[in-house]
Amino acid sequence: MFLEEGAAKAILARAGVRVPGGARATTADEAAEAARAVGRPVVVKAQVPAGRRGKGGGIRFAATPDDARVAAQDLLGSDVSGFRVDAVRVEARVDIARELYAAVVTDAARRCPVLLFSTEGGVDIEETFAVRPGAVIQRPLDIRRPLEVAEAEAALGGAGLGPAAAGVARLLSTLYAVYRSTDADLVEVNPLALEPGGGVVALDAKVVIDDAAVGRHPELPKPAHAGTELERRGAEQGLLFVELDGDVGVLANGAGLTMATMDAVAHFGGRPANFLEIGGQNYRRATEALGLVLANPRVKSLLVNLCGAYARTDVIIEGFLAGWEALAPSLPVAFSIHGTGEARAIELVKARLGITPCDLMDDAVRAAVEAARQRS
Amino acid sequence: MILRRDARILVQGITGREASFWTERMLEYGARVVAGVSPGKAGQSVSGVPVFGSVRDAVTAGPVDVSVLFVPPMAAKGAALEAIGAGVKLVVVLTEHIPVHDVMAVLAEARDAGARVVGPNCPGLVTPGETFVGIMPAWADNIFRPGEIGVVSRSGSLGTLVCLNLVRDGFGESAFVGIGGDAVNGTSHLDVLRAFEADTRTRAIVLVGEVGGGMEEEAAEYVPRMSKPVVALVAGQAAPPGKRMGHAGAIVSGGKGSAAAKMAALARGGARVVDVPSRIGPVLRELGLSAGPRGRP
Repeated sequence: MFLEEGAAKAILARAGVRVPGGARATTADEAAEAARAVGRPVVVKAQVPAGRRGKGGGIRFAATPDDARVAAQDLLGSDVSGFRVDAVRVEARVDIARELYAAVVTDAARRCPVLLFSTEGGVDIEETFAVRPGAVIQRPLDIRRPLEVAEAEAALGGAGLGPAAAGVARLLSTLYAVYRSTDADLVEVNPLALEPGGGVVALDAKVVIDDAAVGRHPELPKPAHAGTELERRGAEQGLLFVELDGDVGVLANGAGLTMATMDAVAHFGGRPANFLEIGGQNYRRATEALGLVLANPRVKSLLVNLCGAYARTDVIIEGFLAGWEALAPSLPVAFSIHGTGEARAIELVKARLGITPCDLMDDAVRAAVEAARQRS
Repeated sequence: MILRRDARILVQGITGREASFWTERMLEYGARVVAGVSPGKAGQSVSGVPVFGSVRDAVTAGPVDVSVLFVPPMAAKGAALEAIGAGVKLVVVLTEHIPVHDVMAVLAEARDAGARVVGPNCPGLVTPGETFVGIMPAWADNIFRPGEIGVVSRSGSLGTLVCLNLVRDGFGESAFVGIGGDAVNGTSHLDVLRAFEADTRTRAIVLVGEVGGGMEEEAAEYVPRMSKPVVALVAGQAAPPGKRMGHAGAIVSGGKGSAAAKMAALARGGARVVDVPSRIGPVLRELGLSAGPRGRP
C-alpha cells in the first residue's frame, strides 16, 4: 500500500522528523489558498503513487499564490509517471545546502531490512548505484532489534558529513523505527535536505506498507483503490482481478496456474482478458469470480483451467455452475480440470452443461482461443 | 527438505478444519504424523493423533523431524518461533498473508538456531510413495508417482499441473518441494537445486518459477555448476508490469523480475527453458531421460 506523500510525511513528523509545512489541494483555488497560508515561496507537487515525479514534470516551484494557482492548474488532471493527478501538495520551499538520500527497505534476497544512505540525494538511487555502487552505503539490519543512533553513526562513518552526521544518524534511527512500527516495505526520504544551518529536513517521503500487514494498522489512511471499475469491484469482493486488454476470459485456481494459463493463451495466439485468482481461501468464491470475468464486455470466450491442490475443483465447479446458470451467458467455454476433486468436478460439468472437459490443458486453451477468434 | 518415509511430523493448528482434513490425508498416505499442537486443546486427538498444548510438550513426548503450520497469518510468527525454540529443524509454513516483518523475524531466529523454514505461503513437500506434508494431492497417481525428476515450484497449483504433465509423459518425481509465492521466504530455488543435486535419486530437475524477485536469476547462476539437467518454466510471461499477480511476491516492478529476464538468465545458465507446461516431458526426453524402472510401466 503506497501512502500519499502527505500521509507519509505526517507519519514521519509524528516520529520527530522535520518536514516542510504545507497542505493538500484538489483545485487550483485551494492550491493558491495553501500557498497564501504558507506565506513564502512554495513547491507544488503532483500526488501520484510513483517515484521520478521531478523527471515527469510533476514538481513546480511557485513564488506567489498566483504562481501556485497556475502550477496546480497545469498539474491537476494531467498525467505524471503514468498516473492521473487528482491532488497536489503545496509546501514551503526549503533552503538547501546539500541533498542526501536515506531509506530503509525490505531486501528479499538478504531476507532482512537494509539501511541505504547516500550523499548523492535528489536523484534516482538505482541509477546512482548502477554508476557508482560505492556512493551508496548499505547496512543489513537485524529485524529483532532497534537501530541505535550510535550504530547509524558508525554506518555513516566515511560519508564525510562532518558535524551534520549526528543529526542524520538520529534521522536514520527514526526512519528504521517508522519502518518497524508501520510494517513498511519501504521508508524512503529523497531528497533529505541539509539546511545551511545544519538542520535535517525530509523534502520528500515515500512509505509503502506491506499489504499483508495493513489489517493490523487501523491508524493508517486507506488510499482509494486505483484501477478500473471491474478491478475496484473485485477488490470490494476480496478478489484480486486484473483487467487485461484481450478477449479470452480466464478462470483458474492459484496465482501460478492462472499466470501459466494466461501465458498459454498468448502462446497459442490468443489474448487473455484478465488475471483473477480463486486459489487459497478464495476457491469457494467461484460464483462471484465468474460474475467479474463475464462483466468484462471484451470477453468473447471463456477458459476454465483448474488443477486443484488445496483448492477442491468440485467446490469451484459447483460455484461456477451456480453463477453460470444464474447469468445464462451465451458464450463458448472450454474446461480442463485436474487434481483434488477432479472426478466429481468433471461429472458436474458433463451433467449440467453437456460439455466434456479437455484432458489436455493445451486443447482447452486452443479451443477458447479459436472460439474468441471466430467471434471477433 | 527432501523427506524420507520415516520423517516424524508435527501438525501445528491441527484441530482446525483444513488442518484436520489434511492430517487425515497425510495419515492415509502413510505419513508418520506423530503429534499435533493446538493451544488450549491438550489431551484431545485428531484422527488418532495426540494433541498437545505447545510444541515444547509435543517434542517432550517424542521427537519430531518436521513441523507443518496450519495457523492463521497473525498467529504464524508465534507458532513458527515456538517450533524453532523447541528445536524443530524443519518448519513448513503453509499460511498465506503473513506480514513480511514477521517472516523476517522468524527467518532470523531460524538462521541462529540452524533450522530451515520452507515457505511461507507454500504448498508443502511430497516424496511420492513415501510421505508428504502440506496441501498437495500426493495420493493422486496421475499427478505423483515415484520417479527421478525433482520438482521445485513457487506455486502449488502450477506445480500440480507440472507434476500431472510429468506423469502423463511417463515420468515420476523423486520429490516435490513447494517453496511458496511470498517475496521473502525461507527456502529459495537455489537451496532446492543444491538439495536435488546432492540427492542420489534425482536425475533431472524441473524448476517452476514466476515473475517477481530475483530467486530464479540467483538459481540460474548455479545451473552451470550442476551435474544434472534443469528444465525451467516461468509463469507470468503475459503479466503486465506494476500489477501484483496474486502471490505477494509476483510483481514486475521497476523493470525487474519479468518472466523474460528470468527465462533469459536460466537459458544463459544452461537450463532448458519451456514456455508451456506440456513441453516439459518432451524436453526431458530430448535430454535423454526415460521413464525408467520406477516410472509408468
